[in-house]
This record gives sequence, C-alpha cells and structure tokens, in this order.
Amino acid sequence: MTELYDVIVIGAGHNGLVNAAYLARAGLKVLVLERREIVGGATVTEEVFPGFKYSVFSYVVSILRPEIIQDLQLPRHGLIMLPLPSTLTPLPNGDYLYRDDDHYRTLREIARHSVRDVEAYEGYGHAMYFMAKAIKPILRMVPPDPNSLDPRELKRLADLGSLFRGMGDGNLHTLIKLMTMSSADFLDEWFETESLKATMSASGIIGTFMGPRSPGTAYVLLHHYMGEIDGVFRAWGFAKGGTGGLAEAIASSARSFGAEIWTDSPVEAVIVGGDKATGVALHDGTELRARKVVSSLDPRRTFLDLVSPDLLPADLVADVGRFRFRGSSGKVNLALDAAPEFTCWPGEGAHLRGAISISPSIDYLERAYDQAKYGEFSHRPFIDIVIPSMIDPDMAPPGKHVMSCFVQYAPYELAKGDWDARREEFGDAVIDTLSEYVPNLKDILLHRQVLTPLDIERTTGLSEGNIFQGELDLSQLFFLRPAAGYAKYRTPIRGYYQCGSGTHPGGGITGAPGRLAALEILKDLGL
Amino acid sequence: MPIPTPFHPRTSELSKSKEWREWSGYWSAVTYEHTHEREYFAIRNSAALIDISPLFKYDITGPQAAAVVDRIVPRDVSRCKVGQILYSPWCDDDGKVVDDGTLWRLGEHRFRITAADPSLRWFQDCGAGLEADVVDVSNALAALALQGPNARQILLRAAGAEDLNTLPYYYATQGEIGGAPVTITRTGYTGDLGYELWMDAADALEVWDRVVLAGADYGLLPAGLAALDVARIEAGLLLIDVDYVSSLKALTESRKSSPFELGLGWTVALEAGDFVGRRALLDEAERGSEWSLVGLEVVWSDLDRLYAAYDLAPQVAGRASRDPAPVYVGERQVGQATSTAFSPLSKTYLGLATIKREYAGLGQAVELEMTVEYQRARVPAQVSRKPFYDPTHKRS
Amino acid sequence: MRSDYEVVVIGGGHNGLVTAAYLAGAGQSVLVIEAREVLGGAAATEETFPGYRIDTGASHAGLFRDEIIRELGLQGHGLEIIDSPMSALSLTEGDVLRLWRDPAAARKEIERYSSADAARYEDFLAWVEDQASIILAAQDRAPPDLGSDGLLRYLPGLAPWSRLALRLRRMGRKAVSEFLRTIPISVEQLLDEWFENPVLKGVLAASGVEGTMQGPKASGTGLMLLYHAANGYPPPIRYVRGGTGALSAALADAATKRGAEIQTGLRVEKVLISDYRTNGVALSNGHQIRCGAIASCADPRHTLLDLVGPPNLELRVMRRVRNIRFRGSTAKVNLALDRIPEFNGVRDVSELTGRILISPSTDYLERAYDDAKYRTWSRAPHLDMSIPTILDATRAPEGKHVLSATVRYAPYHLEESDWGSEREAFGDHVVAAIAQYAPDLPKLILHRQVLTPLDYQREYGLPEGSIYHGQMALDQLLSMRPIPGYGRYRSPVEGLYFCGAGAHPGGGLTGAPGRNAARVIEKDLRRR
Repeated sequence: MTELYDVIVIGAGHNGLVNAAYLARAGLKVLVLERREIVGGATVTEEVFPGFKYSVFSYVVSILRPEIIQDLQLPRHGLIMLPLPSTLTPLPNGDYLYRDDDHYRTLREIARHSVRDVEAYEGYGHAMYFMAKAIKPILRMVPPDPNSLDPRELKRLADLGSLFRGMGDGNLHTLIKLMTMSSADFLDEWFETESLKATMSASGIIGTFMGPRSPGTAYVLLHHYMGEIDGVFRAWGFAKGGTGGLAEAIASSARSFGAEIWTDSPVEAVIVGGDKATGVALHDGTELRARKVVSSLDPRRTFLDLVSPDLLPADLVADVGRFRFRGSSGKVNLALDAAPEFTCWPGEGAHLRGAISISPSIDYLERAYDQAKYGEFSHRPFIDIVIPSMIDPDMAPPGKHVMSCFVQYAPYELAKGDWDARREEFGDAVIDTLSEYVPNLKDILLHRQVLTPLDIERTTGLSEGNIFQGELDLSQLFFLRPAAGYAKYRTPIRGYYQCGSGTHPGGGITGAPGRLAALEILKDLGL
Repeated sequence: MPIPTPFHPRTSELSKSKEWREWSGYWSAVTYEHTHEREYFAIRNSAALIDISPLFKYDITGPQAAAVVDRIVPRDVSRCKVGQILYSPWCDDDGKVVDDGTLWRLGEHRFRITAADPSLRWFQDCGAGLEADVVDVSNALAALALQGPNARQILLRAAGAEDLNTLPYYYATQGEIGGAPVTITRTGYTGDLGYELWMDAADALEVWDRVVLAGADYGLLPAGLAALDVARIEAGLLLIDVDYVSSLKALTESRKSSPFELGLGWTVALEAGDFVGRRALLDEAERGSEWSLVGLEVVWSDLDRLYAAYDLAPQVAGRASRDPAPVYVGERQVGQATSTAFSPLSKTYLGLATIKREYAGLGQAVELEMTVEYQRARVPAQVSRKPFYDPTHKRS
Repeated sequence: MRSDYEVVVIGGGHNGLVTAAYLAGAGQSVLVIEAREVLGGAAATEETFPGYRIDTGASHAGLFRDEIIRELGLQGHGLEIIDSPMSALSLTEGDVLRLWRDPAAARKEIERYSSADAARYEDFLAWVEDQASIILAAQDRAPPDLGSDGLLRYLPGLAPWSRLALRLRRMGRKAVSEFLRTIPISVEQLLDEWFENPVLKGVLAASGVEGTMQGPKASGTGLMLLYHAANGYPPPIRYVRGGTGALSAALADAATKRGAEIQTGLRVEKVLISDYRTNGVALSNGHQIRCGAIASCADPRHTLLDLVGPPNLELRVMRRVRNIRFRGSTAKVNLALDRIPEFNGVRDVSELTGRILISPSTDYLERAYDDAKYRTWSRAPHLDMSIPTILDATRAPEGKHVLSATVRYAPYHLEESDWGSEREAFGDHVVAAIAQYAPDLPKLILHRQVLTPLDYQREYGLPEGSIYHGQMALDQLLSMRPIPGYGRYRSPVEGLYFCGAGAHPGGGLTGAPGRNAARVIEKDLRRR
C-alpha cells in the first residue's frame, strides 16, 4: 500500500502547479503528477534546436495575478518578469503603426494616421480602466450559481448586481457592449485608423475560433487592461528563461512548501470508491491514494477520460460534450542567424524588443478567419511575433535569435488532408507571409519548428489544441465554465476537483483558476 | 522621447541649466539659467520670451462657425467682436470642465481655440450637424509668449503692425516680423502686460531672432516653465492636471469640477443659449456649487513662528509646488491647495486651493498642511482675493 | 388637420399606426404624419404593376401580436388572416425539404433526411417554445432600467419581470443558466447541438439570420431564431388578405375610428424644441403643429440626428446615436408571373404556400454572408420567397401570380460600386438563382421590381436598408435599444418617444414597439 497524500494534482501545467503550491503552503501533503518529462504543460521552455530555446507553445505572460507572485514568493524561486513595452504593426504599404510606453510618442504616432484617434485612444484607455475595475472582482470570485435558490447564492448574485449598478450608467452600457459585441464593431465606435483597430482587435481573437467581426470577441480586449488597475506596471511581459521559467519558479515554490512533483508519470484514471475519489491509477498500473484529487486538465479529459462518464450526471456529460474547444492556433518557432530586417523599419531597434503583429486590417484578419471556418488554415494568417532573444540573451547563441510566432487560424480539423501531411505547407504559409514584411527572413532562417493544433494536443494533451482549454466565449464563461452547476471547481464526485483553464476565469497564463480552486479545496477541508 | 519645438535650435542653445520638461510631448525648458529667479523678474520687470508652441490650436471656419464655438464654450460668443478674444473653459454634458483656453474671433465666421489637450474630436463632435470645419493647426503653428512691462516696446520695434499701441487687452491683430506674417494676441499666462505671437512653424526662428534682437535693450530674457508657473499663480490662473483634472480623464466623480467650482462662473452665460453642459450648470446654479477655487495666502508671521519652533528660518521652495496639500478649518479637512508658490514680488506664500464653498469666503481663516523637519504641521492662512498681482499695465 | 394635437405620430408605418390607435383609443387627440402617399411603411402593399398588389416590404404577418388584433378588434376593421399549412420549403440540389407546420408531418419529412434528427425534432420544438416564451414575456413591456441611481428606480421597473423569473424557475433546475447560455450562441451552434443533417439545419437557420447582417456562425443569431418563434415554431406563415398593406389599412381604420387623424404625403422636417422639450413639429408644407408629445416610428438616427438635430442632443447621446449599427442586409425582388413556376421536387402547390427558401446549409448561408462582409452582394444568395397569390387570388389578375423574393445578403455599402448601377444586374442574378430550382421561371416573368437597400432607405426610410431600424445584435436589444440609456421609449428629448422597430423589442411586423410605446406615452400624458 502506498502512502496517503492529502491531495494529488493531475498535470503540472501552470495552473496545476499554482494549485499545488497553494495547497502545500497550507500544510497539505501534495503530489503533482505530470505525464511529460518536464513541468509546465503549455508553459514550457525547451531547447528545440541546439542553443535555441523556446517557449514552445506559449509566448508571453499575460495577467499573472500579483497576489500569486507575492503569495508563492516567485521572485525568490527565480522568476524575473521582463517588460514587453511595444507593439509594431507592419503595413503592406511599407508604413507601420508603432505603440509603446512613451505616451506622447504613441499619440504622435497615432496622429500620423488619424488626429481624431488621438483623443479616442485616450478616451478608450480611460473607459477600459473602468471596465477592468468592474471585471476584476469577477475574475477573483468563485462563480455563483444562477439556478440555485440557496439564499447565500442569491445574495452573491445580488452582490454581483449591485457591483454593476454602482459603476454608473455609461460604464454599465460600455460593459454590456464589451460583453456582447465583436471586437471590430466595438473598436469602430472609437477609432477610424484601420491598422489600429486591426491590431487591437487581434487581441480579441487570440485563442478563439472567431473572427474580429464575430460578436463576443470584444470581451477579450479587456484582458490587455486587466493589469493596469492594480498599479502593476505593464502586466504583459516575458518570463526570463521563457514561460518555462515561470513554471520552474512555481514548481520550485511548490517544492519549497513540501509538494512532490513526479514527471514521466501519466495518470490513467481517477479511482473512485462509492461516490468519492480516493486516488489515481498511473499508466504503469501504480495506484496512489489521496483524500482529494484535482485535475488541471481540460474538461473533456477531466470528466470524460479520467473518470467514467457513468459516474456523472447526464446533464454534465451533455454539457461537457457540447463544450467547445476548437483549437484555432498554431505556433511556428524560428531560429535565426541574425536579427530580422523589417521593410517598414530597417535595422535593429526598440521595435524588435516588443510584440510585432501581422494584422494590417480588419478585413485581413477576417479573411484569415473565413478560410479557417471552412476547415482550411489561413494562407495569410494573423501572426503575433516576439523575439525573446532580443530581451533575454540566454535564449539564443550570441548574435543569433529566436523568433516565436503565434499563428492564427489553424483549425484543428482540416477539410482537406490532415495535419501530418500538411504541417510544412502551413509552415511555408507563415514564412511566406512574414517574408512580405521581412525580406531577409529566408536568408537568415536556420531552423523552424511548426506546431499545429494536432501537435499541441499530442504534446500537451490540450483537447483539439485549444490553448485556453475551451473557447473563451460568453456561453462558456463564468458560471457556465465548464458547465452550469459545476463552475465552483468541484465535481459531482466527492473529493474530485478541477483547476485548469477550463474553469473560471479561463485561459492565459494567469494562475487564477489554480489559485481559486485551491482556496475552495482548503475551504472544504476546513482550512 | 519628447520632440523639439520649432524654437528648439534657439532654446537648446540658450539653455545653460539643461533642465527640460516634457510638455505635451515636446521638449520644454524649465529654466535657462541655474535658477528661475532672473527669468521670473524679467516677466515682472522687463520682458520674457516663452516658447508656448506645445499648446494645441484649432481653427473653426464656416457659415456656422460661431454656432459651433457657442456650443463648445459656456460664454456668449455672439458678444465676441471680430478681433476679440475670450478666455473660457469648456464642459462635458454634465457641466464638468474638460479643458480651458482662449477663443479668438478672427472673422465673422472664423475662430481659433487654444487648448491644453488634444481636442479635435471633441470640437468636431460639438459641431455635428452645424456647417463649419474644425481643423487642427497645432503642428503648423509655432507660438511665443512675449510677457512683461516692456513687451509692447519690444514688439513695436520688432513687428510691423498698425494698431499695436492701441490693441486692447484680449484682442488680436495681424502683423509681420522679419517678413513673416504673425498673429499677435494681447494675451498671456503671467498676469502682466504681454502678447502672444503665432506664426507658421517655418518662420519660427526668424521671428525668435527678430524679437530677441529688438529686446536686447529692454532686458528681454528667455524664460522657462518654472518662472511662468510662479507668475501664473500670482495671477491666479489655473493649470489643468494641477488645479483641476479634465473630466475626460478623472477617475472619480469627485475629481471633476464645474466652471463655478473653479471660480470661472463669470464665463458661464446661462441665458445666452445652449452649450454643452448647460442643463447641468443650470441645476448647479440653482442648487449652489459644492466647491470653490480660491486664493490662499499664508500668514507669514505664523509661518515664521512655525519654523522658529524648530530653530529654523522659514524655508519655502523658490519654485512653485504642484504637490497638493490638505486645507483645514478646525479638525475638518475642507479642501486642498493644488498650487503653491512663494511670491518673490510680495514676499508672501501663496496658493490656489479648492475649498468647500461654505469656507470659501474672502478672509476665511484656514490652515494649510506643511511638512517642517519631517513633521506634519499646519500653518494658518486665509482665503484672499486673486489675482494676487494685477498691475494696471496688464490692461492699459 | 388642426394646428395642435396632444400627440403627433411621425410615420405611418405599422408601429406608428398601432401607437396612434392605442392612444386615440385612450382619448388622446392624435395626428399621424406619413411622408409617402401609401400607409404602412415597410408593411405596405402597392400596385407596382397594373392589376398586381405587391408587398413592397414584409411578405407576411406571422409575427404580428395576437393581443393587438384582439385589443384593437382588427378583424372588425377589415383584417383577414390566411394561415398557411407550410412553414418553409427548402430547395436543395435535386430535392426539397418540406417543413410543415404540423409537427408530425414535418417529422415524417425530416425522417427522409435523418431519422436521428426526426427523433429529436419534437423535443427541439418544445425547447424552442420554452425559450421563446421567455423572450415573448420580455416583448410586451418596456425593458428593465439599467440605471445606476439606486434600487428605488430599479425595482419598480423590474417588477413585471419577476413574473418572468418565476416562469424560468418553473422550467426546471437549469432553466436560468440554459437561457443565459443560449443568448450568446450562434444559430449554427444551437442547431449543431440538436441535429446532424445539413439540409434541416440550413432551413432552420434561416430565421436566425433574418433581417440581420450576420452569418449563422455569429453569436446572437440563436437568439434571433427564438425571436422569430414568438408566435409559434416553426414560424407560422400568415398572409393578410389583400396584401400586408391590408393590415396597415386595418390599423389605420382602427385609429381613425377612434378619432385619430392621418395625413399622408407630408413630411416632418423638424421636431420643434424649446427649453429641452418638444412642443411641436415643422412640416414640409411650411406649417407647424403644436403638440404635447411626439411618437416617432421613424428610425432613431433619423429621428434624433435629422429631426431633432445634434445641437439639441448631449454629446454622448449624439455619439451613441452615431454608433447605432444599421447594416441593411436585405433586398427584394418582386415578380409578376404568368403562372406558378414549377419547382424541382415540388409535388403539390400547397407546398409553395409558406416560405420557399434557398438555404441549403448553414455553410451556404455563411458564404453568402462572407461576400456581404466585403461589401459585395452574395454570389450565391439566400432567398426567402413567397407566392401569396396561391392562397389569396385577390392580389393578381385572374390566373396570374406574384413571387416575392427577399434576398440576403445585399449590403448597403458596395465596394467600388453603387446600387443605382447594380440594380438590374442584381435582379438578373436573383432570377438566375431561382431558376436553378425552377427552370421555367424566367419565361414566366411579366414584370419585375427590384428593391435594393438604397431604395429602402430612400423610399421607405429604412436606414441603410435595415428593415429592423438597427441591427438586432445583443448590444442593441432590450435596454440598449435604440441607444443605451433610452430603452424605455422615452427619447433623450422630453416629450419625444420612440415607437418604431428601432425600439424594444425590435423589428419585424410585430406591432409590439408601437403598443408598448403607447402605454408609456399615455402614462406620461396622464401624469402631466
């Protein structure tokens, strides 16, 4: 008989690790089981080509909650967040749009495209402050159950209502628009500069299978502003050493609190005795016992793979069955012999130290989506590029560079052929598109790694390659994530919990689901 | 990085202190010399030349230009004669101040408005449905303030303009300097005799050189923002982002101010037709305002005594302070002083403060919080008339 | 026509007439002013070709509220409704799908395509009716006030809605979340969750994109399917004898009998405002009419930006009005035919009495929308046709017929072209599209009328050709319709009310905005 753990966490993605760290910090005996040989899940750094290191699946750290950095003492465990101060949008006509942390410079740059948009830009930022302020408490709360008649739940719903009523009419209207509109339409209400709208709307489509004109995409725009109101200067950034550096730091923190982390330990199933989870069975047949089991995997794996659906209520099985994953992005990692040379901005400069967004117009993005919705990858895709070696020289050999390209759209299911046959064709489309803006790209290209949604699924286990463990759209958020009645991190099986991005508040490197789940588990334990 | 104004080749050469501040994205000299003292006294005693190019400027033209301007500002534009200039704040729909500046009537259907913040979208939207164009001329125009008792003499030497001698306060005329056409407005931000010169950016250096040459015998000095700041506080003039926050940028309702609350009730012509914010201001006029922006004068003898308690002579910064300080009546905080400065002229410690209206009467005794030897202290002050300095030559 | 009335109604569209009839019935003196010579707005029947009565706007009245018919006694004012046994006939390559109103008949037909789908069909109908009943409850009243100045204002506004909350509770443990989940989903997703057969999903998806510039993959189109289920599902087809305009005529009769005056051929040029409140209107003939209240069933943008004028609006209100998305998507081609065309696969003429749809799959609809997104009309259009003359012979000369085709998508803005020069090419294109399924059609055409979005704007006052006076998108519904903050029929100008499709609950030939607005106006007038 093996020893009894207080908690076993399945999956060492960043949410699983955060969850484990919080539980271990509370004094529990915690074991994390990771299928792969490294921790991090989709937040890993690997030396894909000798000397070239990549945040293989992810690229930037979006809105890692400051309380997680503080509570888990991540800087002590090696986390260094480096700023990502700018966004360059190269345009087909050789011009560009560039925004950075130099406020007036950014305004001048916008004025170059439209003088009216200068005020709109400031007004938009001002409005978003209030939106982020309104949303923030929601991202930090365990979702209430709108179906419940429990007075406590009704009170929480009422509290939620008063939160909104307190924000002022104008802000409330903006919030409703934000929750329902397409990013293109929402931005249209403010701006007239096409490239500005396109680049901003691109942040509304990342990770979704929707185009900038699809209603429901505006909400994701808000994520860009979430960090600002905590006074956390520039919430978006690089973790030194890549996103794997972040996972390592969380893992180190968890270990320092006494958690064990086993890699190369794939879990086959959760063991359920009666109506209660009692442990897990590993792929090799080993059985491990625990009082609580937490799955950081996505809802499909959590409910349909790790346990027998027979153990679950039919409505949950049906809800998980219709939960939409629809991976829509790929990743192309390039090793470069020298810095890329952009036609619109030759030479090295500040522009290479920030994000570079291939999103010249709304129509461009929308056409990219059009191809994908009929089952073809975008031949001229939206590409969000970062060159981590410009900021963190350890990522590449001296003088050489790693270029990380997030590519959208790449539908999980292709109408013609399959990904194994068409992987390189997809890579070519990315290189060809980039070459229109970086003519020397093919000359300096040393290696390339092309990751399709299928590859993402195979390597990380994310269903259909969806990096958010399920689409971030209104019908799959808050108390509907992953299913109504099961959004409080618990499951119908006693002692079995969920803590991945498939739970509220969703995907991105935030750590928030892992933390909120941990707090609920501790509550159940009376701690 | 800030960018140079059209005068930068001259101002950067003249700057000994190399002290610059970013003003709306432009390099702007804080001082030219080690301290601003001589520059300040040039404003009050002879004349000073100040680069004010970073101001935003808009031209409004068209058959209904007057209607557009009338809708933007609370003032009665119908009473503004051609050539006349009005100072005005402008408000949002709730009657809260967005920005303030001057509006010039250059023709029956031609206006210019200067602003502290970008305002094209605001003005254009105010003009919706009316026949007039609003054009941003901010970058096309360079601007200089020539301020001080000798300003007229210098200008008469430098500029060809017919009616300079008779140009009334807050009027504009056209002239030329070194062949460059220049709009001359008798306006300023110092409370002294002064003019502001507006020219094509390409003519900026020519105009600068001519004015400097003409001013050589009149004690003309280039002056930076530090000197200007003291002068404008003495003159009781408001500074956006310091004495009030634009309602478009305020993060809380309480940070917004109406014109009444800023002591600008005199600019509000409630009975002269509609303008943006009028309904709210009608209500406020009836209800009474909550706040009042007043002048504050510290009682020097008390300040003296306060420092003496620490065995020190009074130490007040020579430069104007933009750090807000609480103002008390008894135990109650009744407001805050937003700008304070030691007036080199009157040797008094002055401030502009926003105070609950019931404590805003002239002569009201209040206490201003100060920090002396790291200790929080309160020094008696009283609400006093502003402008603190108002020489007759300003208008004559 | 006198020089003063208690209420002036701008526009004699069906909603304006409904408002007028209710207000006149409540004893107010009412004047309706309609710019065209024909009443009804987009619910008009015109003798476009000699001897033919053509529905230039709506082709049927399936969504019109029964309460209005009852309360105004419209049958007594000449209204005769003709119900069709068919909801929709879907034309596909080589076959048709007959979506009969009768569930058993429809189920049998669906069986030919998928037995799994046939088995789920009646459950789906029940689910739709449940969900639609929630929407229906919301349609009969002004939406809740989202205002933030406290519960005092909020709760009384919410009271009628609490009945709705109870209804939800009765619908089962997860009714609330199920409804909330349904609101934002796309009609394609909704149908994917129920059915497998593309033909069935294609025909059912049509009502999700009706009147909107969205494809079936767009969030919010699922809600539109429910919106069109207000009078039953699948959507009933109800013709008005004599043409849809006969409904407007009945409404006009009901209004005038109650004492309202109706003036056609006159245009309201300006809403007169003094001290922030309306006190009359200025007319195109130079006259002014004084009044205590104005109900405008013109679209909100025209009402506020043209009739009121931006200088009379708060800046933020003006910006909100500018931001209303109209995005007309609809054109109409009316054909006078020598006889009923022979559609491939159709066995009996009764099959042609409902909608005749070219909507073979959701992908087809989506591709049709794709073209419109880039500002061209759909190369393969989605057609929603009807042949009203089958059930109503009064509309055409003996033996002749009318085919009306509503065409989607026809965007208002065309890339590098304009509707003036595209009209006839577009008409040819539509005829060719129909001829794919009814090869004999071209030689049967005696007359043809093509109504483009531009025509709808110019002639019928539909902004950008938007038949709904503003897109029915989630952010433009309920309290957000027509503009945020003014969702309860009271416009930003005191004394001016919205009573048209631009107001809650929105577009379509329902009469609901007009009825709800009348109640609000009456209450306000009584209070004064």
